[in-house]
Amino acid sequence: MTDTPVVELERLARAIRVETLHMVSRGGASHVGSVFSCAEVLACLYASVLRVRPAEPDWPDRDRFVMSKGHAAAGLYAVLALRGFFPKTRLAEFYADGGSLYGHVTHKGVPGVDVSTGSLGHGLALSVGLATGAARIGAPWRVFALLSDGECDEGSTWEAALLAPAWKLSRLTVVVDFNKIQSLGRVDEVVPLEPLAAKWRAFGWETDEVDGHDIPALLPLLERPPGNRPRCIIAHTVKGKGVSFMEDKLLWHYRTPRGEEFERALAELERPT
Amino acid sequence: MRDAFIRSLIQVAEADRRVVLMTGDLGFGVLDEYRKRFPNQFYNVGVAEQNLAGVAAGLALTGHVVFTYSIGNFPILRCLEQVRNDICYHEADVKIVTVGGGMAYGALGFSHFATEDLAILRALPQMTVVAPGDPIEVERLVPQIVRHRGPVYLRLGRAGEKPRHEPGVEVILGQPTRARRGTDVLLLTTGGMLPVALQASQDLQEDGVSAAVVSVHTLQPLPAETLCEMAAPFPAVVTCEEHTIRGGLGGAVAEALLEGGITTAFRRFGLATPFPTGVGSQDYLRAANALDAPALRSLVLSVAPARR
Repeated sequence: MTDTPVVELERLARAIRVETLHMVSRGGASHVGSVFSCAEVLACLYASVLRVRPAEPDWPDRDRFVMSKGHAAAGLYAVLALRGFFPKTRLAEFYADGGSLYGHVTHKGVPGVDVSTGSLGHGLALSVGLATGAARIGAPWRVFALLSDGECDEGSTWEAALLAPAWKLSRLTVVVDFNKIQSLGRVDEVVPLEPLAAKWRAFGWETDEVDGHDIPALLPLLERPPGNRPRCIIAHTVKGKGVSFMEDKLLWHYRTPRGEEFERALAELERPT
Repeated sequence: MRDAFIRSLIQVAEADRRVVLMTGDLGFGVLDEYRKRFPNQFYNVGVAEQNLAGVAAGLALTGHVVFTYSIGNFPILRCLEQVRNDICYHEADVKIVTVGGGMAYGALGFSHFATEDLAILRALPQMTVVAPGDPIEVERLVPQIVRHRGPVYLRLGRAGEKPRHEPGVEVILGQPTRARRGTDVLLLTTGGMLPVALQASQDLQEDGVSAAVVSVHTLQPLPAETLCEMAAPFPAVVTCEEHTIRGGLGGAVAEALLEGGITTAFRRFGLATPFPTGVGSQDYLRAANALDAPALRSLVLSVAPARR
């Protein structure tokens, strides 16, 4: 009996977390919690939604993905390796002296990455430009952007959010990884974003809210064909999702899992469900 | 210069449909003809310069040549990080055009003076920095800017400057353009200071000083070798810019000459005070801030003494 697509995607999400745990631990890096909150989104995009060719990363008709939350680079590199864009062994080059994978998303020399990010609030404007270009040349491809909740503090995010509906960029889909924790605290204590969906809706986006870890609910939203305006999916997620002691904890925005913490985290992620 | 830019842009947009113009809600009356002729090659992103730079970068990555257009510091300093990360790092074909280089917007005030732009922009990786000296340079350079792949910063003056070169002059992106021959002092100018340098060189004849004038419209990459060759025979070199004396043309030329072993007398003519003083037109402000032809003449005489 073959596994259902949902089981496959859940397995991929778990593999993204496992690879990320290794990468972050080995490199002494941060942001493991920021990757874990969006692992299901990345799994759905790269295994089911995006029209991309791992063996031909520069295929002109590929869908474009903009990882606006560039600090979750480990998760993007992990899913690219797991989908065959480059060998998994290269993940050992993350955050390492003499390596080839920076701690923030970098397009130079990394197959499958179109756009570099890392400073928050840049990705949506770039995505608006890409979607505008696609419309100009009548290209078949779409643009997907993954934003963090923290970068919804950036004015530049809202400049782009105003423009995309005005230009009827129906081939653009934004996912906001709303894990409720930003760099120095809980979003509702730093600068509250709620009602977040209402904000995007008021700006003219076709907006849905979903449990960002619930693949059967998330996948159909991502897979819908383009409508007549840009789309926003508010993915309610849990920072550090998948490892009990990391879930919903600010600490794991920064802390490197090492030693016993690393072993416990790995054991939880590899435990059969 | 502004009108020469639009005329040239209309020509290149006609010939090359990849060319688009994107404004940050500025250009009232100026962009009308372009917009009328190329409605599908025109965008207004509104008063949102971070968006202007980011959207332009994304659009350029789809094979377009995107000119962004605004005033003074708005399309560069307001969104400097977008220029650095989104445009430069992606080596995107974005040509940033600013109107109002130096104090061209005169009475509008400090917010509208672009007087540190050359120093800041020339530090950015992969950025070509161009500040033409007259409308003829603008017309000759715009098509070359389109052909050049990668980011360009084009600093224009205002409307109504007179042509200063002969109509047949050859203007090459990346190379300085001679405007006047001389033997005693070499005046290297950038942007709208070309007429000031030409006026000063004429006045210096009364002092028995023969001044050559060269327009260094391309500051980055600086044509260092050519400038060293040009400077070598001169006993004195003076750089002229409507810009802070820190880090612009003067700094760039000083670096080039020293590294090239040229140890001639050298002075930088530019804005020396933190903030320009006075309220008034560009010409008034130049005079009030020691940036006009008489001030340049005095500076030259301090390094290239009068013969009589």
